[in-house]
Amino acid sequence: MTDLPLLSARGLTKFYGERLGCRDVTFDLHEGEVLAVVGESGSGKSTLLGLLATELAPSAGAVHYRMRDGAVRDLSELTEAERRLLLRTDWGFVRQDAREGLRMGVSAGGNVGERLMAVGARHYGNIRAAASDWLARVEIEAGRIDDTPKSFSGGMRQRLQIARNLVTHPRLVFMDEPTSGLDVSVQARLLDLIRGLVAELGLAVIIVTHDLAVARLLSHRIMVMRRGRVIETGLTDQVLDDPREAYTQLLVSSVLAA
Amino acid sequence: MRAAMRDDLPFPRTEVGKETEAYNFAYLDEQTKRMIRRAILKAIAIPGYQVPFASREMPMPYGWGTGGVQVTAAVLGPDDVLKVIDQGSDDTTNAVSIRRFFAKTAGVATTTKTREATLIQTRHRIPEEPLRDGQILVYQVPIPEPLRFLEPRETETRKLHALADYGLMHVKLYEDIARHGHIATTYAYPVEVAGRYVMDPSPTPKFDNPKMDMCAALQLFGAGREKRIYAVPPHTRVRSLDFEDHPFRIQTFKQPCALCGAEGGYLDEVVLDDRGGRMFVCSDTDFCEERRAAGHRGAMAADGDAAGETR
Amino acid sequence: MTTEQPLIALDDVSKSFTLHLRGGLELAVVSDVSLAVAAGECVVLGGPSGAGKSSILKMIYGNYRADRGRILVRDGAEVVNVASAEPRRILALRRDVMGYVSQFLRVIPRVATLDIVANAARERGIGQQEAMERARRLLSLLNVPERLWQLPPSTFSGGEQQRVNIARGLAADRPVLLLDEPTASLDAKNRAVVVDLIHEKKRAGTAILGIFHDEDVREAVADRIEDVTRFASSRAA
Repeated sequence: MTDLPLLSARGLTKFYGERLGCRDVTFDLHEGEVLAVVGESGSGKSTLLGLLATELAPSAGAVHYRMRDGAVRDLSELTEAERRLLLRTDWGFVRQDAREGLRMGVSAGGNVGERLMAVGARHYGNIRAAASDWLARVEIEAGRIDDTPKSFSGGMRQRLQIARNLVTHPRLVFMDEPTSGLDVSVQARLLDLIRGLVAELGLAVIIVTHDLAVARLLSHRIMVMRRGRVIETGLTDQVLDDPREAYTQLLVSSVLAA
Repeated sequence: MRAAMRDDLPFPRTEVGKETEAYNFAYLDEQTKRMIRRAILKAIAIPGYQVPFASREMPMPYGWGTGGVQVTAAVLGPDDVLKVIDQGSDDTTNAVSIRRFFAKTAGVATTTKTREATLIQTRHRIPEEPLRDGQILVYQVPIPEPLRFLEPRETETRKLHALADYGLMHVKLYEDIARHGHIATTYAYPVEVAGRYVMDPSPTPKFDNPKMDMCAALQLFGAGREKRIYAVPPHTRVRSLDFEDHPFRIQTFKQPCALCGAEGGYLDEVVLDDRGGRMFVCSDTDFCEERRAAGHRGAMAADGDAAGETR
Repeated sequence: MTTEQPLIALDDVSKSFTLHLRGGLELAVVSDVSLAVAAGECVVLGGPSGAGKSSILKMIYGNYRADRGRILVRDGAEVVNVASAEPRRILALRRDVMGYVSQFLRVIPRVATLDIVANAARERGIGQQEAMERARRLLSLLNVPERLWQLPPSTFSGGEQQRVNIARGLAADRPVLLLDEPTASLDAKNRAVVVDLIHEKKRAGTAILGIFHDEDVREAVADRIEDVTRFASSRAA
């Protein structure tokens, strides 16, 4: 374990005109760490995710990332080409709405293979083999490889998103409410799968969720956000079992058996 | 005589006959032609790059070659000899009307012979006879964006081109192989131009793709509805995209042309009756006629040119 | 061994809860806790329920925060203050140094019992082969029927789940073991097994801090009993 963080955010602030998105968020994330960002809608957690993933430009503050070659880069200084390369090699992004994270008109195999082709893979047989390997790892039957996600259930679509993201062996994966909107049993299976893959691959994950049970199951650390600010942070079980802030206590107490 | 007319540009309408006098040379006004020529020059300078241009309303509906017609109008000179083909044929309605259009508005000479033409406007074919230095081939293009199939956002496709980010193009080919066991795209097969931009060669059969590579003629592409012009300069590398284990291959035909006996040309299927009778003949009518004139005969060719008249 | 620097040392540790949802009610738990556990030693926390025994274990494990004082846990040559350590450091301690066994099983739903126990052993770098052997030994000692080993424990009886949990908690060789009533509601036969296993751990040099409800277990394993009532805060009830 190197002591240099993989990602560090310093004073991240975002205003949408007059309206505050998030303010003065500072934290480090190391390789293999899973950080949950919790809070209710409007708390700024999705804004934060957008800033970290370079989908939004901060009003103030910066994000630094240690690239695969070891160089630490200010993400706002990446060229568009570098940014895109990062997004589809060393990063993944699993979205709440699978339709935003997948190409719905393209087969499951094509969805998984796209990242490989984007970084220059030009051997059909190898691409397909990698795709079927990943479909198996996310428990999608081999026979569905040529079906489009239109015919997939919600849980399968999320699993396909995960395969599509992990095929290039990213070190950091952003997840935006990956399990919300799914049936409870489907959620449990997906969380299981994510937890297994995260541990097996040593992924760093930043997961945004309003569901404390999800945070409890997946994350090492937790950041509680309210009105755009981080109000409490710490080990996940510490924050959930011994919440300090009034708001966190309210959150924890409003959940059954979190 | 025609050379003399050049000196009169931009208003060379005096010598092209009474009927023509109502029009500026080649229909479009000089400002418009200049604008289109600028787009063309830029397109030639950046092979395969789609240059936006202010496409004009033409006296024909979109889909009938308004892009190609505007490009032709912009580059046509009084001493050019124009050939127009539609799916390889000189005598379909579309080809005939465009040829007449320029004969009327520019008074230029027209021909059906590839060899004699200095400018060929085409819809969906490249002539079989190799083109030569100095010739210009103008393609009519319905949808210029090769990435459109997978990415509907123009802002995004532009970015992909800018970054030479062409993985998506291979996703399309991947999908083909996954569905059909081979790359089933037979028309508008994407190509990489001069090692940089990926381009849609317009809906020509992929059979014609190899002819674009290192072609001696200048190739210009006009999309009227989509307002784009792009180009392949003479002697430029044009490579069809493929996979290492599924290399690009052109269509082959089991039999030679039924009329002229040519092998290795692109053939059209012609249904002869309602009992399943059919024949395969050259899609390039000029090529076929030239061969027959030179004495070649296919299996179904009657004496003289009788079979040709059925087309 | 007891002359060495202790593996666990609490130094004037205090803990209270502020219940914001009940008008900021201050609930003191313990004050000025000082105690130490050396390698090979088993210290048992005594006192009635509600005295704060469990809270002390949870503070050492980093599960509860301490308001004041130092909680020192030795990781090889380094001594870490859990009360002020970065979350990442505490996670490393949990992986390498501290084990925590409660009476409740919290596991990944679909993993087989044998793998749950073997994986726990492997977390500390024990090879797959040895980890499996250990898992088999612990499960049979704790009388978990072999026919259940390939099944996930979610469908097991409460007692079976508890014994799987103990096997899991004892599978790894961590220098510090925190036992939060692991034997509660076990039958006499299995309590005896746990006692044997704790002795085994002590012989291996593990520092153990535990809470045991059963008198017989407490007597059998404790080198010392620390009465938690002496750390009692004046309650603002």
